[in-house]
Amino acid sequence: MAKQITIDAKGVDCTSLNQQIREALKDGADEVVVNNVLGQRFIGDGLRGNATICVHGVAGGDLAMFMSGPTVVVHGNAEHAPGNTMDSGKVVIHGSAGDAVAHSMRGGKVFVRGDIGYRGGIHMKQYETQRPILVVGGSAQMFLGEYMAGGLLIVLGLDGVMKAREIGSGIHGGEIVVRGDVDDTCLAAGAKKVPLTDEDRARIVPVLREFAEDFGFDPEPLVNADYTRIVPASARPFAGKYTWE
Amino acid sequence: MSDCNLGSMPLRYRVTIDRDQCMECGRCVDNCSYGVFRQDGDKILINSRKCTACHRCITYCPRDAIMLAEHPCDYRSHPVWNQQVRESIYNQARTGKIILAGMGSVANLPVIFDRLMLDACQVTTPPTDPLREPVELRTYLGKKPSKLDFRQKANGDVELATELTPNLMIETPILLGHMSYGAISLNAHLAMARAAQEVGTFMGTGEGGLHPGLYPYQDRVIVQVASGRFGVNIDYLERGAAIELKLGQGAKPGIGGHLTGEKVSADVSRTRMIPQGSDAISPAPHHDIYGIEDLPQLVRSVKEATGWKKPIFAKIAAVNNNAENVAAVARSGVDAIAIDGFRGGTGAAPRVFRDHVGIPIEVAIATADKELRKQGLRNEVSLIACGSIRESADVMKAIALGADAVYIATAALAAMGCRVCGNCYQGLCPWGIATQRQDLVDRLNPDVASKQVANLIHAWTLEITELMGAAGITSIESLRGNRDRLRGYMLDAGLLDVLDVKPIGA
Repeated sequence: MAKQITIDAKGVDCTSLNQQIREALKDGADEVVVNNVLGQRFIGDGLRGNATICVHGVAGGDLAMFMSGPTVVVHGNAEHAPGNTMDSGKVVIHGSAGDAVAHSMRGGKVFVRGDIGYRGGIHMKQYETQRPILVVGGSAQMFLGEYMAGGLLIVLGLDGVMKAREIGSGIHGGEIVVRGDVDDTCLAAGAKKVPLTDEDRARIVPVLREFAEDFGFDPEPLVNADYTRIVPASARPFAGKYTWE
Repeated sequence: MSDCNLGSMPLRYRVTIDRDQCMECGRCVDNCSYGVFRQDGDKILINSRKCTACHRCITYCPRDAIMLAEHPCDYRSHPVWNQQVRESIYNQARTGKIILAGMGSVANLPVIFDRLMLDACQVTTPPTDPLREPVELRTYLGKKPSKLDFRQKANGDVELATELTPNLMIETPILLGHMSYGAISLNAHLAMARAAQEVGTFMGTGEGGLHPGLYPYQDRVIVQVASGRFGVNIDYLERGAAIELKLGQGAKPGIGGHLTGEKVSADVSRTRMIPQGSDAISPAPHHDIYGIEDLPQLVRSVKEATGWKKPIFAKIAAVNNNAENVAAVARSGVDAIAIDGFRGGTGAAPRVFRDHVGIPIEVAIATADKELRKQGLRNEVSLIACGSIRESADVMKAIALGADAVYIATAALAAMGCRVCGNCYQGLCPWGIATQRQDLVDRLNPDVASKQVANLIHAWTLEITELMGAAGITSIESLRGNRDRLRGYMLDAGLLDVLDVKPIGA
């Protein structure tokens, strides 16, 4: 039987809270429910294993940073850089998230139902079987996918117009998929638009279904929607900038 | 290029063979990875244009038949339009690009260390004899409590009540600085790790991850987290004895770095966790640090991830507002700050940055130490000086100016054979150091090279012991920040004031 441990985060500083979560995992908890979270940072930071941590409230910065395996579900918003340098596992945020979501993420999934701030997916990277995925239900702000070196970043724009400009500045790997059309003026240097092929669609559909299931809505309109795919114009964006002494 | 009238530049080096001495053994042909020598029948032909002055051929010629001359072709001499300036113009007129160069600054500026003289005792206070009286060099890097609390146990014994934070203990105030696997070879990394273990110090990984070959030495390794986050995961963080957040580099303050795709071999790609052949781009800032208030969050995230068990270092480049930078970093929760002066080394940096941006390490350490003491923060962090620490006297002077320890890097490479030719970026290092080509890497025997690095640190440690004994100082703590044991020789009053050092004779 799954073992559940509940922690009340009210008035608890982040180090003590994270110690309590670590203790709960050490005690063999499969699910840790953390109530009354109010901006405590680093929840899930560096955790291993396959437990689920349910956060009720607003998660502070660097949620699931360096995390390797667990699932973190936030019933609320998350601050700066959830999924920062995350290795594997999953982060599901039912609200919105701040800047630098999935910064340097190298594996696993980050799903945000609402909006994200600036520099979403910055410097995401991939290696062999590790391919990070960031899906945003709402909108993203400027510098989406900046310096992106790998992985998959999807923005669905479910709540209105996608606001991101300067998309893919310095992108040299991976792909950004945006529902609907993206104006050419919104692309940064180094990024280019390509059509979404059937093969591409087949690749993203399981991700879309999983996202819809996590947030409890019908996946079919997403599966069949039109998408714009944005990829690097070059894998070596700076190759032409330098000469040797 | 037909639309360029600049033709070829004059030779940088000319290689000649004394044909009376040469016995055509072909060792030069085998050793030169740049292709300077070619066997043509019974004669060895020379293409001097490919020469980098790495001295590999000269070292391995059994007859001392090879000679090398720098700048064999004169330009019209001119004090302003020197050769380097002119050749840079020709290069950029041809290419229209930023010039990259290997290793540290070549700007011909005075070295402050060379104008600082060390003290010794004579009759008013006698020197101590290090053969007889121990000179304590053991150093602890990390936070020191501002006060100690004690409690009395039931049996009357007294014990420490203050909780101490983790420190790194080094037997000599010399650490091996951060150079990444990728920029240098695995054998070079192995040599440094073994040397660190032998002499009781630590080596830095640089931003290239930690190769499994180094796991046996992980207790002697400081793992680096830089803006590209290459090779960084929880396993990496937990293996290191300490973790260094790289915020800047003296050779190129304010910019990031690129490891070109050509250098990302299969093994390098595994360690950095990026696809083979892809550029490894480290952005200028950490994109999760956009202001000084973000730095404490990164420091704390790493501490949280590793259970507050490891000291966290931060490395910054020495720039104008160094004192403010250091004070800000000291308040971020780090345990040590490495300051990299403008002469710091690099595999590749834009020439214009390398030679023109930043300030010297001597000034940076002195102002950092002064500012931290002024703000009551000196016990919060250890200070590590780096950026062309060349000899034991530099170590002494850096410590007397306020450092706790130094990082050496180019000096460690030189101990392995490096001739500071500055062609690291070509990836063809004939000494097996700055290369990933297996036949070249194999030339560097890690057992031999580690002994040489350990010898260098051991020799410097002996010299420091003698210098301290001569100065009547028996513990490194008494040297640290002890500017009274320095005198400035031909340094101007303004600089002496900044360094807080008296002139000779005073």
